[in-house]
Amino acid sequence: MNARNDKGFTVAASGDFDIVMTRVFDAPRRMVFDAFTKPELVKRWLLGPDGWTMPVCDLDPRPGGGIRYRWRRDKDGCEIGMHGTFREVVPPERTVHAEQFDDPWYPGEAVVTTVFAEEGGKTTVTMTMHLETREARDGVLKSGMESGVARSYERLDDVLASVAV
Amino acid sequence: MNLDATFAALADPTRRAILARLATGDLSVMELAEPFDISQPAISKHLQVLERAGLISRSRDGQRRPCRIEAAPLAEANGWLEEYRRIWDANFERLDKLLDEMKAGGKNRERKKR
Repeated sequence: MNARNDKGFTVAASGDFDIVMTRVFDAPRRMVFDAFTKPELVKRWLLGPDGWTMPVCDLDPRPGGGIRYRWRRDKDGCEIGMHGTFREVVPPERTVHAEQFDDPWYPGEAVVTTVFAEEGGKTTVTMTMHLETREARDGVLKSGMESGVARSYERLDDVLASVAV
Repeated sequence: MNLDATFAALADPTRRAILARLATGDLSVMELAEPFDISQPAISKHLQVLERAGLISRSRDGQRRPCRIEAAPLAEANGWLEEYRRIWDANFERLDKLLDEMKAGGKNRERKKR
């Protein structure tokens, strides 16, 4: 259950517990891996919606290494923080890290496995978010996965399945 | 509003089917139980979960106590997922540009506008 645009961006559910995002980048994987693991590069793209900056972007990509992000919306000074820990780092193939927002608006901790696969000079990045809490798993995934009967639930499905733009 | 409770309530197919029926209009417990192959007490239990999550409200009005769907928590749950997708798409668009710059050795600014 997924959809695709020209960048191959897909967001889909896998099994009961995971959300899987896939995206193709027109660059070798060494370069893409760097862009995902070097703070000075990460802070240039991991910004979220327009109007946000990333005043804090610390990450130490080795097992046990920490992650600390802080985003700031310039127009009103609103800030959101995230912290986490790397569990596995295998350059330039994969990383596994746990992450959690500082304010628990998001349902619990997520363990994110990021896999970098190169083919013909392009790199496919697959990020699998494993949601740790029962609420997050049962809720986010099942409600998005099973085809809903009400229009509202079909919309939830669309959100998980649809591509952006 | 508790997003966890909303998602947990939505996780059950019977509860989603109940909401789907309520989307077409208010119904009593008995009317709701009719098409389902489960008992009225079981339906009542599902309704309690939905009510606690704020997804439905129940009128205090007489014996019938019709159930009504509440739109706000659903919109919030939907908004969360929508936001998630939107954030990552924006991130990846920026990453495309960054990778173009890296490929160009960081010397040539990418002029392409999307």
